[in-house]
Amino acid sequence: MTVDTGAHVDPTSPAIQDLIREQVTGHPVVLYMKGTPQFPMCGFSGTVVQILKACGVKDIFSVNVLEHPAIREGVKVYANWPTLPQLYVNGEFVGGCDIAREMYQNGELQQLLGGNAQG
Amino acid sequence: MVYTAEALIAELRQRLEASLAPVRLTVEDDSHHHAGHAGARGGGRHFRVRIVSAAFAGKSTVARHRQVYVAAGDLMRGPIHALALTTHTPEEEA
Repeated sequence: MTVDTGAHVDPTSPAIQDLIREQVTGHPVVLYMKGTPQFPMCGFSGTVVQILKACGVKDIFSVNVLEHPAIREGVKVYANWPTLPQLYVNGEFVGGCDIAREMYQNGELQQLLGGNAQG
Repeated sequence: MVYTAEALIAELRQRLEASLAPVRLTVEDDSHHHAGHAGARGGGRHFRVRIVSAAFAGKSTVARHRQVYVAAGDLMRGPIHALALTTHTPEEEA
């Protein structure tokens, strides 16, 4: 990432908000999480990774917000949503862990993921 | 503002009751499930909240959760680290 995402950076600044917009619109499935899909650092983040895998998503663009403090705060502003993780599909904010789980259980998430889910 | 766990639950309940007029509201402290993980650094607490309110009628789950977050207000910026939410209308519970 060439944009400075350190703790001293204003999360509401155009640099950060534009970066988030580019990330969520530039990738079909984007997850802002604590840790990585391989090593989640929070149970809620890990759950969303498991749900996406269960949906057959092979390619998750994930951002470890613990390494990018300005993004951690920036996505809360971007989505007007106060908590992490945050899942975006095709540029649209979907929700956090509870919503991903609920949508997975009723089949909505698989439908939303459409072509991004295999199997 | 620093709250004890009990005071924080009381404040959260009061705010949710004031803005959502729930017919049922439970708040459980889930923090022990998350103690020590890196994301919980900073000390915010986790709660499991179940709300049954007519205020959710006709709203998507995302919109319902936003209503809860708006009601919780600045508690979400520091004292509370995360909420696990179940949001139903009285009809959905019936």
